[in-house]
Amino acid sequence: MFKWFADFITYDLLRLPHEQHLSESLNFFLYDIPKIYFLLATIVFLVAIVRTFLPPEKIRKILSHKKELIGNFLAAAFGIFTPFCTCSAIPLFIGMLESGVPLGVTMSFLVSSPMINEVALILLWGLFGWKVALTYIVSGMGIAIASGFIIGRLKMEKEVEAFVFQIKTVTESEEKIDWKGRLTYAVDYVKDIFSQVWLYVLLGVGLGALIHGYVPVEFVTRYAGNSNPFAVIIAVALGVPLYSNAAGTIPVVQALMEKGLALGTTLAFMMAVTGLSLPEFIILRKVLKPKLLLTFFGTVALGIALIGYLFNLVF
Amino acid sequence: MKIKVLGPGCPNCQELEKRVKKAVEELKIEAEVIKVTDYAEIAKYVMMTPGVVIDEKVYHEGKPLPRVEQIKKWIEEKK
Repeated sequence: MFKWFADFITYDLLRLPHEQHLSESLNFFLYDIPKIYFLLATIVFLVAIVRTFLPPEKIRKILSHKKELIGNFLAAAFGIFTPFCTCSAIPLFIGMLESGVPLGVTMSFLVSSPMINEVALILLWGLFGWKVALTYIVSGMGIAIASGFIIGRLKMEKEVEAFVFQIKTVTESEEKIDWKGRLTYAVDYVKDIFSQVWLYVLLGVGLGALIHGYVPVEFVTRYAGNSNPFAVIIAVALGVPLYSNAAGTIPVVQALMEKGLALGTTLAFMMAVTGLSLPEFIILRKVLKPKLLLTFFGTVALGIALIGYLFNLVF
Repeated sequence: MKIKVLGPGCPNCQELEKRVKKAVEELKIEAEVIKVTDYAEIAKYVMMTPGVVIDEKVYHEGKPLPRVEQIKKWIEEKK
């Protein structure tokens, strides 16, 4: 349906010739934008509704005192549905620890929440297909579970700033919600996401469209294709200072992939941008002592790099 | 009535503070609106910012921000 619209405008209405830079770029742009906006609106809405059934208190209760691997898995899974704001990192961390959620399990949540979110998944699915989206979830969760598990095993509780354990939390929340409330929440959330993301999607797809139409195939393959063994490391390193929401990166990444960037390197870059966020680490320093902070950073970076290399080998 | 708006200072919590003040204004009630930016304090009540606490009970945490109408309902409920 969207392809039809794009083809119609480019080739029929505007009578642009096939196989030319401008028409290829325009076609790409007209195809992706409505498709992505549509997917965003519908799926984000649905996920928001689901989320109204899982308030933070419930998540806390479920995760507290759970055994290691089960807890790590659940935490990583919940992280997918929980939108992450850098300023929430600390209250989130403190809140979890305070309710008896083990340190390792909390870390699994902190890894998966910013890295895997429904917006990123929707974009991946829309642009690359469900296989890539699934790959991203599975790898992301794998990294979240593994890092959390490792940190848990390293028994680094004493590397958490002391004051965290001295905070007493207020128990019950008054927020009762009915279906009207759920729908309002979902609508507001979609509006929020759109206002945050629409420009990035436009810019990202625009840039992607240009690359699609104009950049020669060999260019990227020469510098960052499979033959460059450092590609993954470079991708991860680039991702650290760049923090963006997943939306901004994906369309650019797609065009680059079309031009030869390997799947593994691509995934590594995306995960590094969203999961290794410098602002987040700076903020977390308030609650995590340097040793734990570095371990956290290290295990996640390592996990991402490994996934990158793994997928480059397999695909 | 004491309303606490919890948030470290990002644009979202500032917007929420505006909305809470507007709700109080429109309802014409006596209420103290306090902004809490200290992380340790915030963490006592919520796990996700921004948050709304009315007379020590948590009414909202996280995003998206509640509409002014919703905030007014909570205030009325609490009275």
